[in-house]
Amino acid sequence: MSIIERVRRTISGPESSGDPLLDELRAALSEDRVKIDGAQRSLLGKDASVFDGGNSGPICYPTTTDEVVAIMKIAESHDRAVVPRGAGTGLAGGAIPLGAPVVIAVTKMNQILEIDEDNGIAWVEPGVINLDLTRHLTPLGYHFAPDPSSQQVCTIGGNVANNSGGPHCLAYGVTNSHVVALEVVTASGDVLMLGGLDAEPDGYDLRGVFVGSEGTLGITTKVAVRLTRNRPAVRTLLLSFSNTRDAANTVSGVVAAGIVPAAMEVMDQRITVAVENYVNAGYPTDAGAVLLAEVDGPEAGIDIDAERIRQIGLDNNATDVRLAGSEEERAALWKGRKTAFGAVAQIAPDYYLHDTVVPRSKLADVLDEIYEIADRHDVLVMNVFHAGDGNLHPLLIFDGREPGVLDRIHAAGGDIITASLDAGGVLSGEHGIGVEKQKYMDRLFTPDDLDHQNRLRRAFDPVCRANPGKVLPMGHSCADIQQLRSVPAEVWG
Amino acid sequence: MTAVLYTDDAVLLDFAADVGSEGAVAIEGARTRWGLGGPLEESARLLAAPSGIVEYVPEEMIVTVRAGTTVADLHAELAERGQWTALPERGGTVGGAVAVGQNDFRKPARGELRSAVLQVRYVSSEGKIVSGGGPTVKNVSGFDIPRLITGSLGTLGCIAEVILRTNPIPAVERWFRADGADPFALQRVLLDPGAILWDGTSTTIQLAGHGVDVEADIALLADHGQFAEVEAPAAPTGHRWSMTPAELRNLPTAGLDAFIAEVGVGIVHASSPQPKPPLSASVQLVHERMKAEFDPTNRLNPGRVVGVR
Repeated sequence: MSIIERVRRTISGPESSGDPLLDELRAALSEDRVKIDGAQRSLLGKDASVFDGGNSGPICYPTTTDEVVAIMKIAESHDRAVVPRGAGTGLAGGAIPLGAPVVIAVTKMNQILEIDEDNGIAWVEPGVINLDLTRHLTPLGYHFAPDPSSQQVCTIGGNVANNSGGPHCLAYGVTNSHVVALEVVTASGDVLMLGGLDAEPDGYDLRGVFVGSEGTLGITTKVAVRLTRNRPAVRTLLLSFSNTRDAANTVSGVVAAGIVPAAMEVMDQRITVAVENYVNAGYPTDAGAVLLAEVDGPEAGIDIDAERIRQIGLDNNATDVRLAGSEEERAALWKGRKTAFGAVAQIAPDYYLHDTVVPRSKLADVLDEIYEIADRHDVLVMNVFHAGDGNLHPLLIFDGREPGVLDRIHAAGGDIITASLDAGGVLSGEHGIGVEKQKYMDRLFTPDDLDHQNRLRRAFDPVCRANPGKVLPMGHSCADIQQLRSVPAEVWG
Repeated sequence: MTAVLYTDDAVLLDFAADVGSEGAVAIEGARTRWGLGGPLEESARLLAAPSGIVEYVPEEMIVTVRAGTTVADLHAELAERGQWTALPERGGTVGGAVAVGQNDFRKPARGELRSAVLQVRYVSSEGKIVSGGGPTVKNVSGFDIPRLITGSLGTLGCIAEVILRTNPIPAVERWFRADGADPFALQRVLLDPGAILWDGTSTTIQLAGHGVDVEADIALLADHGQFAEVEAPAAPTGHRWSMTPAELRNLPTAGLDAFIAEVGVGIVHASSPQPKPPLSASVQLVHERMKAEFDPTNRLNPGRVVGVR
């Protein structure tokens, strides 16, 4: 560095990059918290889905709400879109940057700010890891109820954006039931406090519509999450069946009997074998399907529901019913269930995890159809799913190096979506729409329905600057915006 | 591919035609909460929403019901299959309850209304039938129109039909009352009270669940006061205050003549209206944009403003 450059730096701060957007962002944050190097941009161009990565602009790591406001205003002055990002574990492409937007990664906003037991909530920053929050609450006798499979790495901000679920959302509800207030920053830099700690906050339920909006209404900077009390008693049952149909019928039978267990998860034989080979959790590998059912609550009546579930299982041809005899046994069974997606890596290097919801009574029929679809497209499918909610997660397993395989995977995926919708189901139970299912939205909604969703979107962000090109199908103003933004290749490579 | 679009039956189409696309219009239910949101403009045409249970699937725990149905009629039907919904039992129609968005006074037992509205179908300002949400309990397919419409006082669309989540009625429900018992201590001790009501002197508690669990809770109550079993109380009336659960501790010194507080929830039923700060400017702006987007000609329930008590 020449003396002149050094003097200029001392006087005017960091050296100009030659790009005003980058210079302004770095002045607002700091040089080391605004990245444009190729490795970072490549990493943050993707999420955990199978979709091609996008093209990110500068990646910002704010630590305060004020910094997020500054980023929004700078991006606006440069007519640039913004894309919020948590840990990048999304499976629908919601965090993929389209059109070289400014990416706002919340991973450095990771403080648990306050535990307020009197109001039954905790204020947290959006970059707090889901499982870290629960671990922090454990000594106080609470947990954060949504427990997606990615809970060891995913962020609360990402959970809010995707209205995340998990096995234990059957009785306790998904993220929207566990967020009471949100501080958010809109694309124009306005700070909104949505919802509140009081029982019935005034106004339209903007908190409710923000949760699950996939970063298209703005970015969360502070979250008041509900504290869920740990239950004194829990019973975990492992039911074995010779086929998935009997397991699915047991699930509908339990719900029909008026029991809402804490969780009801089904795994077919293929995934059970993979899990056993991977973590040796204690699942029977000779069963055609297993059902993991958990009830929790006060000690006195806990065995009533457990016994009824056992009986309903036997009525539906269960070949074995086992009650986890110890906390270790229960923990091992859950570890097996939650590492199912890791387990398939032994079989093939790639997977495409689907996510649809069908009426519980249609589970058995739709599962049969999914196996037929997989056969028809010559792909391997395994089924592990939140059966109690009717939330299917067919796992298509493949080796991406095989020529043409992705075409078959996408064709099979399309057929699975069609089968689910034809059974009276919906597109997504917990992964969201992102870029994955935009093109199917008009199968579930009429043009007028979609127009009203677009109106909701515009009320927050009239120029569609927040995470454009997501959720709504092409042809709606907020989906088309990325087409308008072309960035000179030489700037961002 | 078969399109999975909802079929518009004749009843909904007739309702849409009645709402039309011009002139001020408001939906009249049972008028149990008619004054909420301020006075209706006199020019508004009054319409009744269609009524009736369209489909009830107890084994899926969902019911499709038209907005003009009374909550009492709906719950009577569901009770035959051992279920209910989170709709408040205090008179009125399903559409009115969804438009107002308030919970039952036994919210811990009944659940939250906003989480129970799975799908909503309404007639837009342009006279079109619009659907949001879907028929499954779990659903993140697109923007959450049901949550927007719930509590919107009919200012964004005329609610025609909803799909509600139902829940099993507990095996046992019993009420107990004692003077001088600390409701906040009880809230921490009891795992799943159905309701804890407090008037500053006496504490009235609903215990609900399996019989053996209720018996275990009754034993706990004895440590906290001279509880006696009482008849189920009627739904509290009066002005509705929305407070934080922690703020309820200060109620006895808040200068209220009389109150009934829902401990652990934060709702207070009081004899005078709650002093109310305005919405923040930034939130107000989104409200105004939302209203302009959904009802550009301000013809839906004109005069009513969401957030006015």
